[in-house]
Amino acid sequence: MSTIPLDYEALRLIWWLLLGILLIGFAIMGGRDMGVGALLPFAARTDDERRVLLNVVGPTWEGNQVWLVLGGGAIFAAFPPLYAVSFSGFYLAMIVILLALILRPVGFKFRGKITDKRWRDAWDWALFVGGAVPALIFGVAVGNVLLGAPFHLDGSMRAFYTGNFFQLLMPFALLCGLVSLAMIATQGAAVIAGRTEGVLAERARRIGMGTGLATIALFAIGGIWVGFLDGHVISSVTAPNAPINPLAKTVDLVRGGWLSNYTTYPWMLTAPALGFGGMALAVLSFWTRWRVPALLATSIGITGIIGSAGLSLYPFLLPSSTVPQAGLTLWDSSSSQMTLFIMLVATVIFLPLILAYTAWVFRVMRGTVSPQSITKNPNAY
Amino acid sequence: MIDMTVVELSRWQFAATAMYHFIFVPLTLGLSFLMAIMESVYVMTGREIWRKATLFWGTLFGVNFAMGVATGIVMEFQFGMNWSYYSHYVGDVFGAPLAIEGLMAFFLEASFIGLFFFGWDRLSKVGHLVVTWLVALGTNLSALWILIANGWMQNPVGSKFNPDTMRMEVTDFVAVLFNSVAQAKFVHTVSAGYVCGAVFIFAISAFYLARGKHVEIAKRSMVVAASFGLAASLSVVVLGDESGYVATEHQKMKIAAIEASFHTEPAPAPWTVLAFPGSDGEPIWQIQLPWLGGLITTRSLEEELEGIHPLVDRAEERIRSGMIAYEALQAIRADAADQSARATFDQHWADLGYGLLLKRYREDVGNATDTEIAMAAEDTVPDVWPLFWTFRIMMGLGFFFIAFFAFWFWKASTGKLETNKNLLWLSFFLLPTPWIAIEAGWFIAEFGRQPWVVEGVLPTFYAASGLNFWDLVISLTFFTLLYTVLFVIMIWLMVRIVKAGPKDHVFHEPQDEDDFVVAALPVTPMTKELGA
Repeated sequence: MSTIPLDYEALRLIWWLLLGILLIGFAIMGGRDMGVGALLPFAARTDDERRVLLNVVGPTWEGNQVWLVLGGGAIFAAFPPLYAVSFSGFYLAMIVILLALILRPVGFKFRGKITDKRWRDAWDWALFVGGAVPALIFGVAVGNVLLGAPFHLDGSMRAFYTGNFFQLLMPFALLCGLVSLAMIATQGAAVIAGRTEGVLAERARRIGMGTGLATIALFAIGGIWVGFLDGHVISSVTAPNAPINPLAKTVDLVRGGWLSNYTTYPWMLTAPALGFGGMALAVLSFWTRWRVPALLATSIGITGIIGSAGLSLYPFLLPSSTVPQAGLTLWDSSSSQMTLFIMLVATVIFLPLILAYTAWVFRVMRGTVSPQSITKNPNAY
Repeated sequence: MIDMTVVELSRWQFAATAMYHFIFVPLTLGLSFLMAIMESVYVMTGREIWRKATLFWGTLFGVNFAMGVATGIVMEFQFGMNWSYYSHYVGDVFGAPLAIEGLMAFFLEASFIGLFFFGWDRLSKVGHLVVTWLVALGTNLSALWILIANGWMQNPVGSKFNPDTMRMEVTDFVAVLFNSVAQAKFVHTVSAGYVCGAVFIFAISAFYLARGKHVEIAKRSMVVAASFGLAASLSVVVLGDESGYVATEHQKMKIAAIEASFHTEPAPAPWTVLAFPGSDGEPIWQIQLPWLGGLITTRSLEEELEGIHPLVDRAEERIRSGMIAYEALQAIRADAADQSARATFDQHWADLGYGLLLKRYREDVGNATDTEIAMAAEDTVPDVWPLFWTFRIMMGLGFFFIAFFAFWFWKASTGKLETNKNLLWLSFFLLPTPWIAIEAGWFIAEFGRQPWVVEGVLPTFYAASGLNFWDLVISLTFFTLLYTVLFVIMIWLMVRIVKAGPKDHVFHEPQDEDDFVVAALPVTPMTKELGA
């Protein structure tokens, strides 16, 4: 292993950060389209208005969704036990998310092909489900991660899950779901307000103020609530360079333990600060009809909110509620040093390229969308 | 013990969602290339009809692509959802190509697909052409990476089992990339996609020509499809992916099953055209062509083609060796410092997977009886007859496509595309054939690999998640329902689009700086020359 120029500990930490970046990337980029989908029935009433919204996100949503696909792939490659335990453990919740996500590509593509009103209304609801349901359930999933998932591992690293779907719907988890939904809806509102004119932009502005304030309030309640939850704290010595073995550690449950990182590492407080600050700035931007900063502000807010969840859990990725010792941390459930390094090389090469051409695509498709501009393109949704 | 019903249902779900996804993938692979070719002709000649053709096929492409995206996302997550132990056991090797596929290919195709549809009036001609080619490149790169991942499941090179982490880990990533099976599969699969795209365009164009509609676009499309299709169908057959299969032992078993060859034939083996099973499952009546079998499977006249029975005997030896490996592994797990157990494990680790085959019969693999070992050895034989017949369907279609495109290529070169209406109608009704061949191909590749999910390393039944029966019933029901509804809608939409035919559309050409964004492309003599 001496041929790998980065040590195992550093690679694990880097991949934990990259995973955060990918998931935040999905929430910001995919959140644009899911947010617009979630607002579709409310922010736009007539068919023309709905078409405008769909054509605002239509040219770029496919690329944005790849952040989710890559997030899934990166979890698989960098933290295989996390991929194995979480996706099978949250099985039915994942099925609901997938069924909702399946509706999106076909919704975008099929809706405009027929002019019948019932046809279009049906696909509008499909797109609403495709946007709102994943946003909600991803949040519920994060809530369940903070509560700990009911799983344990045997000596051959096979996972056993002892919960069921309805146990995922705990009050705290539902609250996290609402934070996520409100935050994504605000992102959608910022996109609409920035890329449309007149009544659509005005309506989005008002919705955005409401959902932005709701995000702030719900996030604050969540923060207080976390203080009363049992946090997981590792009580054995961590070996960041050892081969993976979640069962090698011991874990204590400490009331409010998820907040202890903020005392140990005060710089981590920047995450919740960005969460509140970003969303507050977004509300202010909506209020003052400031266009560009709204989207930037919601994106900062999203970064802060997801960052807070990730940093509170550190070093855990998926704690176990039934056998806390089996909880997965970034130190004991990563890939091998070699795989982490190869993946890092691939990321260093391709991520800047992706960002460059994504920026170019957005630049080409820039500008406001109106009912008139849609008629110019026979491929418009 | 492992719940075999859950394993069976998980297999059904994976097979259904993967084969359904692969209805759309080959068409995407083929059409993206064919559209890029047509648009290139448009940019080079400046003739509007080629853009009209590109736009028309693009509309159908878009409907198909949406279905591909919708079903593809399920694939990305299903490994973890239904094959949890697989994900842990091989994620260190298998996850990387999957993630690189996202980085290198999915982002490319998904980012530019939007510009393909929405960029016509915002990009210069050359700018748009570049976008179309990037979409085609992205789809092909994604095929490359997923087949590197799949090729590793067929021929797990460049990796070793680590007893400390209880999983396979990468030892040589370059070997994973240049895996002979992966490379052969890639060429075979993308070529099959090109054939699919070519048949699609050809069949629909033949329909137009037979009815005397949209004749100009139809004829041009047929010329492109026939020449591209001829090259692609030759490539599918000549570069058939079998050549890589001889590399490993179980792929020998797959070949033996495909050929229903129970006993080792002296080289060069004959090739069985048709055969029927007797009561013991072995062929009783068969038509054979001399030499051909040896040539097809080993590419030589000297190498022997091993039969199923001797391969089962070898599997039994490996199971016994695997039991030793398993026992040594237990000793290492109990005491990581046990050096003698480590030495034993290093000798036998390559057979650990064979030892795990016994898990179907008992937990304590080391105490397996001779009967159980014999049963596990028999388990290494996939179902012979479905493979035998599916392979012949696929191969027959493969040769048929060469003849089909060669015939039409000749017709096109002599300018006689529309001389025979019946032939045109026949060509139209052949539209579903590439999908039959392609689905047959995947069936052979994956069903023929059973009982392994990773050849020789991990048995399929041992790889599943610990889900319960109802989880699977619910997911399988909803996937089937939604997929069926969407499929009906998609076919209905495609029929409408085909009936409506290509449309004229005057684009608002990019003029002022605001919508003329070619400036964002690097200026080269070529963009200057062709951009205007």
